[in-house]
Order: sequence, then C-alpha cells, then structure tokens
Amino acid sequence: MANPGDRAERYLGQRTSRRGFIRGAAAAGLLVTAGTAFGGCDPDSAEVDPDAPDTGDITLTGSGATFPDPIYQLWIDEFRSVRPDIVINYQSVGSGQGKRDFINNVTDFGSSDAYLTDEEMARVPGALHIPTVIGAVAVTYNLEGFEGIQLSGETLASMYLGEITNWSDPRIQEENPHLEMPDHDVATIFRSDGAGTTWIFTDYLAKVSDAWAEQVGTGTSVQWPVGFGGEKNAGVMASVQQTPGSIGYVELIYSLVIGMPVVALRNRQGNYVPPTLESVQEAAAGYLDDLPDDLRVSITDPPEGEHAYPVSGLTWILLRRERENRAETEALIDFIYWALTEGDQLAVDLHYSPLPDEVLDITLGLLEEVHVDGEQIFRRPD
Amino acid sequence: MALTDPFARSRGLRLRQRLQHGDLIFWLVALGFALLVVALLLIIVAVTWDGSREARETFGIVGFITSTDWNPVTGEFGALPAIYGTVVSSMIALVLAAPPAIMIGVFLSDLCPARLRAPLSLMVELLAAIPSVVYGMWGVFVLIPFYRTFIASPISNAVGDQIPIFEGPVAVGRGLLVAGIILAIMILPTIAAVSRDVLTVVPTHQKEAMLALGATRWEVIRHAQLPYARAGIVGGMMLGLGRALGETMAALMVIGNMPRIETSLFQPATTAAAQIASQLPTTESDLHASSLILMALVLFLITLAANSIARLLVWNVSRSSGGR
Repeated sequence: MANPGDRAERYLGQRTSRRGFIRGAAAAGLLVTAGTAFGGCDPDSAEVDPDAPDTGDITLTGSGATFPDPIYQLWIDEFRSVRPDIVINYQSVGSGQGKRDFINNVTDFGSSDAYLTDEEMARVPGALHIPTVIGAVAVTYNLEGFEGIQLSGETLASMYLGEITNWSDPRIQEENPHLEMPDHDVATIFRSDGAGTTWIFTDYLAKVSDAWAEQVGTGTSVQWPVGFGGEKNAGVMASVQQTPGSIGYVELIYSLVIGMPVVALRNRQGNYVPPTLESVQEAAAGYLDDLPDDLRVSITDPPEGEHAYPVSGLTWILLRRERENRAETEALIDFIYWALTEGDQLAVDLHYSPLPDEVLDITLGLLEEVHVDGEQIFRRPD
Repeated sequence: MALTDPFARSRGLRLRQRLQHGDLIFWLVALGFALLVVALLLIIVAVTWDGSREARETFGIVGFITSTDWNPVTGEFGALPAIYGTVVSSMIALVLAAPPAIMIGVFLSDLCPARLRAPLSLMVELLAAIPSVVYGMWGVFVLIPFYRTFIASPISNAVGDQIPIFEGPVAVGRGLLVAGIILAIMILPTIAAVSRDVLTVVPTHQKEAMLALGATRWEVIRHAQLPYARAGIVGGMMLGLGRALGETMAALMVIGNMPRIETSLFQPATTAAAQIASQLPTTESDLHASSLILMALVLFLITLAANSIARLLVWNVSRSSGGR
C-alpha cells in the first residue's frame, strides 16, 4: 500500500489542477510540490493570488460524539492551513444528539460512537458510516501494591453483576497466579451519564457473559445491578482513585494521560493483553473477516489477533450518500480524506489509534459512494 | 387575594389625565412583565407535557411515579427512586442546615459586635454565590474522602448492624447522606441570610418591652424575636428546601447516581435533577428521552408541592405567632 501522505498529495493535487480552488496552496507545506507541478499548466490556479481575501468560504457544521472531539478539533485546526477556504465547526454534543442532528438533517455531518440502529437507518436511507479513529475502554482499579492484574471478561462481568464481591475470590486468584490477592471488598464504579464508553464496555460484557446479556444487556446507559455511578470519565476516575478496592472503566486516552493502573484482559486467543494503541489497532484488524460492507460493526471481543485488546470500538462520521451542494460536499470529503490519510500521526500524538490499513481501504471505498446529482464526487488516487 | 391598587386615586380620571404622567404606561409595562412570568411558567409546563407524551402514554403518570425500574436497555422507566432520592436528600439538608443557619441569623442580627457584622454577613452571602459545580468538586475531592474515613465508616462499623439506615458497606462513600451534607452547606447561607433579615426588622419596642420586664438576652430572643420572625424564618427554610430539591450539579457529583431505593443512607442513590442532567444528552431511545422529560415534570410538581406546603406553613405560623 502506498504511503498515505503521497496519496493525499496526489489527490489534493489533482483537485488543484482540476478545480483550482485551493488558495494559498504554496503556504501549505504539504502541497508545495503539487502546487508547482500542476500550477503551471492550469490557468485557473496560476492566476490565484495567495494573498487575496477568501470570498467563497465554505462553512461545514457537524455535531456528535465527545470522545473524538480533541482529535477532530486538532484536525480541523490543521486542515485550515491546508485549505484556508474551508471553515468547519464541530460541536461535541454527545453521540445521541449528534445522531439526532444528523437524522434531522441540521448538520453537514454527524458523529457517533454508536452506529445507527436499523430503525434509525430507515429514517436516513443511504447513511454512510465513515470510521475515523478507534477508541478503547481501559479497566482501571485501585489496589495498592498489586500491579498487573489480569481478568477474563467472564470474571469482570461477575464483578459488575455483584457475584464476585471480594478481590480474594478464587476466580480472580486463579487468573492471577503471580499475585496473592488481598481480602478486600470490591467496589464497582460505572459511568452514570449516557456514554459510548459504557456502550463498548457493556457490549463486550454481553458478548463474553450470557448472564450479563440476559440480566443487563448493552447500552449507552444500562440498569447496573451493583456499584456507584461517577459522572463522566473524571467522576469515575476520582471515585477509583479515592476508593481502595474499587474497579472502574474509562476511555483509554484518559487512563494513558492520567497514568492509572489498568487491567490486562483476556482476548479470544487466551492472551492477557493490556490496552495500548497497538493492541487496540490489532483488535480492529482482528475483525477484518467479519467486517460488514457498511462498517457498522462493534469490534469488541475480536475473533482474531494474538495481541488484540478486546474492549474497543470505532467512532464514526455520519454522511449522507446523496448530497445537494457540490462545493460543500467536495470540501467535506477533502477534509475527511485528509484527516484519514494525513492526520493519522496527529491522532497518535493524542493517543488515538488510527485505522489499520485494511480498514482504511474499505473506508475510502465508502467515501466513493457519495454522490451529488447522481455524480460521484470522490475517486481514490491509484 | 385583595389587590391594593396604588393608583386607585387616579381611577375615574379621563384617559389623557391618566396618561399625563406616564402612570398608566408604567402600570401596563409592569403588568406585562408580571404576565411574562405566568406565560413562561405555562410554556414550560406545555413543553414538558408535550415532550413527555410518549412516556405518559406508555407508563401513565401514576405508573411512572410508582415504578422503581430504570432500564434504558429494555425501555422500563419509573421515577420512584429519583423522587425518593430528591426528597430524602433535601430533607437531610434541611434538617442539618436549618438549626445552624437560624443561629447564624440570630448572631448576625443581635449578638454580633458591630465591627464584625458587615464582614460576616458578606461571607455568608459569598457562600451563597459559589457556583454549585464548585461545591460538587469540593465534595468529590475534599468532603468525600474525609466523610468516608471519619464519619461513614466509623458509624457504619459501630451501629450499622443495629440501625438499618447506617448499614454498610460504605465503599466509595457516595450516597444519600453525603449528598444531604453538601446540599445543607449550599442552602445554609440562604436560610441564614433570610433569618438575619427578618430578625433585624423585629420592632425595637418588642425587645424593649421584654427588657423592661427584666428578661435576659436569651429570653428576648426566644420569646420576642423568634416568634415575631417565625413566618419569615420558615419562608427562608422553604427557599432553601426549594434550592436543595432542584440542585443538580453538586448532587450529581456526590450521590453515586444509582436509581434504586436503599434503606441505608450510605448507599448510592439519585435525584431527579441529577438523573435528567446526566442522561438527557445521550439517551438510548426516544422513550428514554421522553421519560426524562416526564421526570422533569414530576420534579416540577414536587417543587410546586413544597412551595404550597411552605405557603400553608407561613400562613399558619403567622396566624398563630404571638409577636404581633
């Protein structure tokens, strides 16, 4: 597979020559080559004065998930230097609201940690799910002096079901032969607000534990059998840090930044894997054989992947297949294409896992399905 | 209620005369704003009524407020745990806050050296001005660790087995009691400030009459001032209760957010306002959102009930108070 950077350059370069609306291309470092290569033979772009004020600015709005908000804002910021004529507003109002805004067609793009349900799909025929980054849920705990605790999904489910109430329970001890588990009560902490994090976590528990699937199920908020609710990641983290014997779950990024102890979870291959950017990426790759064409998929408990971390999920940008305004659609796809191919290092810098190459390939295929007046807008550079 | 019309004098005058000094215009403008309040109230009721239609049709209002389920996955929603948590945490707050607050009021109005009065009053008012999220954070990072180690755990270990409301395990420490304590601190300045104000306006001759009879300072306060100010103090308490019932952020951060009714005050619970704030942005289904809006309507009814009880109390108290 070609270096994504080259692809972006070529793609955006084509755009320059064909439409000539990339202003200030020379200012944008990555387009310098493309600008000179194509600029000379294209009268339009040759006449563009880089210092001329932008008159035809394109404004795009999106709303949705809070989880990818930091990387979206960074991408939007950086993209400004590539395409100063495109203004993108992203509001992190939560996945649920983002989906509603998208369905009601008040935004140019939606964003969500949970894919549209079949019922919601019926209301927006031809909604596209474009995955951007992969999120993971880290299980964190507070047991001083006990590093590297390992758990299987079944044991974790039993703890959150209230069946395991003590850390010295034989089921926990059995999985941690290297530790002498202490006689200490377990306090489980959950997210009280509706959260994609909770959705991924409960989806995983429901997959590995029949009891969980039956008694609790999967959702952005569920009826917890036991435990204490913390408000958002910060609330869960505060509760865990303050309470000896507690266990909770937070976004991986959060635990990486704060530096909390995390549980290594057993994956389908029987390996105990701690959450890292690499093990999360491997989880997405581990689902390749089962990926549906529309990428509406949960990637928890992946069937493949030696070192795949089992509690992770995609986050999506939601697009309509049939759009009306050509300039806006092109701008939107330019941004998404740039973010996916050029923005991956920015994502890693912020502790997000970028899409594995195979998934990226399918994603770019989805972008090709966007049409304006029956005409295809985006074609992948070969 | 008999309206005393300050412009009664101008009745019977011709329109131009009444307009002459702008009285009528002023009256109309003022009336407009007063009606605006009524309109706002009606709009809020109408919007919540309309938004909660799906939940009302599914569960019925009675079914909703008597059910203890809150399961977004299966779509079963009931408000009883939230109502319980709201009422109990607010009652705890009122019980804890009222005595010290009234005492603060007495001190500021009567016992305080003149030099201390202004700064102390300012402090009390400052306490009321702290945003509730700051109280919540203080609760999470300061009060809860202290409360768990030095209050909840010792009590639960000592008498938890005999007294069900103090039953353990305390674990995280979040629960009804600590929420009640935070709310108590938040409503303390309200009650204290109102108490001070109503005690300050007790007529001097009341006190002087008592003193002339040879009463001590305590007796003056006990028999002349407090009875006279009783209606106002009760009003202040109800103002505080109203704030506690509707308090969202601080309760949300410390109560543990578990929609369940437990006997023990150390166990996590939830309040109506906290549940709405926490879950409305990311609802699982339209029915979930609708149920939260119905919860808002229920909360509205609770505060309405509290206010009505307050009116009755104030009316009763002022009828029977001796001071007049």
